[in-house]
Formats: sequence, C-alpha cells, structure tokens
Amino acid sequence: MTAMTLAGVGTDPRRRLKVLASQEALLAIAVIGLAIAVGLNNPRFLAARNLSDVLLGNAYIAVAAVGMSMVIVSGNIDISVGALIGVLATISGTLAVNGAPIVVAWLAALVAGVVVMAFQGVIIAYLRIPAIVVTLGMLSILKGGLISVTGGKWITDLPDSFHLADIELFGLLPFPVFLMILVTILAALWMRYSASGRAIYAVGGNAEAARLCGISQPRTIVMVFALHGLFAGAAALLYATQLRVIQSTVPPNLELTIITASVVGGVSILGGVGTVVGSTFAAVLIAEIASALVFIDVSPYWIRAVQGVLILVTVIADILRRRRMAGA
Amino acid sequence: MSEIPLAQAAKRVIPWWLLRHETMLALILLIALIGLGGMNSRFLTLDNLLNQGRLTTEVGLIALPMTFIIITGGIDLSVGSIVGLCAILLGYSWKTFGFPLPLAIGFSLLVGAAAGFLNGIVITKVKVPPLIMTIATLALYRGLAEGISQARSVRGYPEWFYFVGQENLLGVPAQLWLLLIAIVVSAVVLDRTTFGRTLYAIGNNETAARFSGLPVDRVKLIIYTLSGLMAGLSACVLVSRVTTTRSDMGIGYELDVIAAVVLGGTSIFGGVGTIWGTVVGIAMIQLLKNGLALTGVKGDATIVVIGTVLILSTLVASSLQRRREGV
Repeated sequence: MTAMTLAGVGTDPRRRLKVLASQEALLAIAVIGLAIAVGLNNPRFLAARNLSDVLLGNAYIAVAAVGMSMVIVSGNIDISVGALIGVLATISGTLAVNGAPIVVAWLAALVAGVVVMAFQGVIIAYLRIPAIVVTLGMLSILKGGLISVTGGKWITDLPDSFHLADIELFGLLPFPVFLMILVTILAALWMRYSASGRAIYAVGGNAEAARLCGISQPRTIVMVFALHGLFAGAAALLYATQLRVIQSTVPPNLELTIITASVVGGVSILGGVGTVVGSTFAAVLIAEIASALVFIDVSPYWIRAVQGVLILVTVIADILRRRRMAGA
Repeated sequence: MSEIPLAQAAKRVIPWWLLRHETMLALILLIALIGLGGMNSRFLTLDNLLNQGRLTTEVGLIALPMTFIIITGGIDLSVGSIVGLCAILLGYSWKTFGFPLPLAIGFSLLVGAAAGFLNGIVITKVKVPPLIMTIATLALYRGLAEGISQARSVRGYPEWFYFVGQENLLGVPAQLWLLLIAIVVSAVVLDRTTFGRTLYAIGNNETAARFSGLPVDRVKLIIYTLSGLMAGLSACVLVSRVTTTRSDMGIGYELDVIAAVVLGGTSIFGGVGTIWGTVVGIAMIQLLKNGLALTGVKGDATIVVIGTVLILSTLVASSLQRRREGV
C-alpha cells in the first residue's frame, strides 16, 4: 500500500512538495523574486524595456548553456566554448560582409561549430584524453588564432538581412527569445524521452553500466559534443547579430558564464543528472543579477564574483544533497 | 606477468635513463636551443637566456606545486586568478589600507595561501572534484580582483621593491634565485620525503593510499594551499617586474603552467611525474615563446602553439603509457 501511495502522482502532497523544491522551480522562484525585490527598490528595473533587454542580450548564453549542460551530464566539461563562439561569430560576419548569401553565412557558423566540437569529442572519447586538457588546449588555439588572423579588427557594415536577432515573430516575440525557448524545450524533450537522449545520462551516471547495456560510450560523447557545437553555432549567430558590429575577439570569460548557467541550473558536476530547463532559468537569473547590480548601485565589476559564489554554493549543495540521499 | 620480461628486454637494448621522458625532453630541448641559435644570432646569448629565465619565473613558481597536484590526479585551474587577486591585494592594501609594503607583501601571500586552502578544504571535506572546485574559484577569485580593484591600477611602489623583479644578484636575475631554491626544495620533497612519496601513492590509487593509513586529505590540503601560496609569491614577483597591478594579471597562467607540467612528463591521470620534467617543461614553453617571438610570430599566435603542444604531448604520453601497459 505505501509503495502505491508513494507512486501515486499528483495526489501525494509530498510529491507536490518535491516538484516545488526541484532546482527548476527554485530558479523560477528566484528569477521572479529577484525581479520583485529589485523592482521595489527601483521600479525602473521592471520597465518592459529593461526586462526585454536582459532577455534579448543574454538569450545566446542560455542557448549555449543547453549544449554545455549535455556535455556536463555526460560527465565531461568544455572550457573552449566561449572562444569558439567568438570564432564562429567572426566567420559568419566575415562571410556576410564579403557578399556570401546570408543563409550560407549563417550555416557556416553552425557547421564550423559542429566540426570543431565533434573533433574535440573524438579526441576525448576515442583517444581518451581528459576533456579539460583538450578543451583548454583548444581554448588557446581558438583564442590566439582569432586574434592573430583578424588582428582584433571589428567587423562593420554588416548587411541588414544578416541580423537574425532583429527578427520578431508575429511582430512581438524577438527571435533570440523564441530560439532560447524552442531549443530548451526540444532539448529537454529529447533528453528525457529519446533513447539517444537517455544514453547521455547513462554514460554520465555510470559508464560501465551504460557499456553493459549496449550503449557505446565514445559514440554518445562524440554526439553530445557535436550537438554542443551546433548550439554554440546558434549562440554565436545570436551573439553576432545582436549588435551592429562584431568584435573579432573572444568574449572574455564567456565560457565561465555558460558553465555557471549549467551548474546553477542543476546539472550535477558529477554527471548523470540535470535538465536543460534548469540551465535556461539559470542563464536568465544570471543576466538578471547582472542587470540588477546596476539598478541597486553596485558596481558591475562584482558580477564575476557573484557568479563564482553561485557556482560554489550550487556545487556544494549538490554534493551534500547527494550524500544525504545516499545516506538515507 | 608479461610486463616484467618486456621491461627487461627494453633495458638490455637501450640504457634505461635514455628512455625516460625527461631525458628525451632534455635532448629535444638541446636540439631546439641549437637550432634556434643557428637561426637567430640574438637567441643563444647569455643575456637573452638569462632574460628568458627572468620572464619564466612567475609561471615556474606555480608549476612546481602544480606538479604535486597533478601527480595526485588533481588539477588547479584557479592559479591565474589567485595571481590576479594577490596582485590587486598587494597594491590595494599598500595604497588604500596604508600597510607598509613588507606587510602588504605578507598579506598578499597570506591571501594566496588562504585562497588555496579554500580550494583544498572544499575538495577534501565536501569532495567536490578539483576540476569543478577550481573552475568555480577561477571565476570567484578573478571576480574578487575585479570587484576590489574596480579596474583601477596601482603603481608608484618604493624603489627597493623592484629589486626582485628587475635587478641581478651575482649576475643572475634576482627572481631566478627564488625559482632555483623552490625547484631544489620541491625536488627533494617529492623524491626524498614520505610526503612526496605519498603524492604518488594517492595518484596511483587513492583508496589504497587511504587504507594504508596515509593522511590523504591532509596531504591534499597542504598541496592546494601551497599552490595558492606560490601563486601569491608569483604575483609579488610579477608586480615587482612590471611595476604595476591590474586585475587582469595572471589571466591564462593556468594554460602555461599545466602545459609545462604535462609536457614535462607528469601524467594528467596522476601517479607519474618529476620536478626535473617540469623544469624542462617550463624551459621548453619559454623557449617556444621566445623562439617564436624572435622569428617574428606575435604573442597571440604563440598561445596557439602552446595549446597544440598541450594536446599533442598528452596524446603522445597517453599512447606511450598504453603501449607500455600492453593495452
């Protein structure tokens, strides 16, 4: 009987409590709570203009964090993604300025993203080099390569049609926000309900068990990195098209912001646990905090310290929670 | 069983010390030195080499404890940020708190050690993997440096402070003595003390080390604290050399340091490595930078090369190791 009551979904109050206490729900509450708290302090924070700027300007981080979450769930890490986004934005912008069809310029970013990340995935999965070494090396290759090829010049005079981020669906939903929501939902459904999506959790949770279940660990990891590259490409397009210029340098510490979003979103750094819904909420929360700092007269120079504290607290909480669960 | 005869067979053909990673690396280093010297007459001068030693000290000081950490199978990505934080606090405590400079130096060393201690305590007590812990503090410590400095730099230190960074002692750059002492001490500790041998035991099999009664957690706590302390020392040497403090100091140091350690034959999987290897690794990295600069390659392109070297040397080391294990 007790087992049945526990399994009874929806009617059990404990179950409802559990949903409320999930990382996603906590983050959603934090996003709204922070907005209200800062809004009471300074009503201008709640102006539609500011809120939409926060969402628009940071949707690309949420999109990239979806891919990062998959990588972390699979038990790996990637610190090259920030540099890659800078490179992809520059490739796409350069093509557009030099008269390539806009669609080709867009596709180039996606394809290049997949190629670079899949390449890293192959080294990590088949040659069994730790992801941190491969992506740290790739970070410096991309960063140094970009600056020495472009000389840090800005790309200007981009054709108007290049600006994906300007598109508004049905005249009200900005494309970046639409893409952020779409990518999050699709990725969440895929990871939850498809066999290949579940394989990511299996590989990250218990590689040996996954192998015994007939899941190819290397193939899953290469797939995860290839997808991560696709999302990085999409993020790069949003990043490249939201301003009128592209700075041909690597956005500083972008990878840290993306990792923060994934980890704070509830993706366990031990692998095997987490959803992309959480990471998207977390990306919004981080952007909101950055904006809130300005409105409550705190120097924006503190934003990275806040990020560091956020990662630290989430990681420690995650491990302590796991330990309590294992002990119970 | 099959491993023993294989190893003996190899021994008979070539002397064992020639097969060591460090020896091979030193040979490559020697060839590279001669090659670069032939290509550019400015390279193989005592002045240039000593000057390169001066430039490599900051990275070298951090690479020594990093060798310890990687031998245990850990990693510390926050070292560059600790350098930034310590540099900022050195300037800030001197200028804003009005600390006398020696006290400010002590304070920044203490902050470095505390930063490393925080890494170590969370890694050992909460069991957060070192990679994730130090990514978090990479953001945190850099963030603190930026927040405290508010992008303002501090300069105008008293003249005596520049001695370590810019003057010579007995004809050798002053900071090189610091590095030399640190190298000898680390090598002796790693090779000749129980503490040093414990590092290998942890790297080879942490559970076994724990069951053997080795103080695993205490040893780990010490090496992460040491890593922070040396990053603090490196920050002081750096400020003394460049005469200013900025919050972006030390960005990317983790790449140079880890590349040097891994290039020096320390296995990223733990259990294997020597200080001598790291010393050759440091020299190789600096040589690479200098050689590329002299042949007209810009600074940004050199990090491309260092990144490639990091990946390739890990690839080579791991495939060699796999062959040795007969996998």
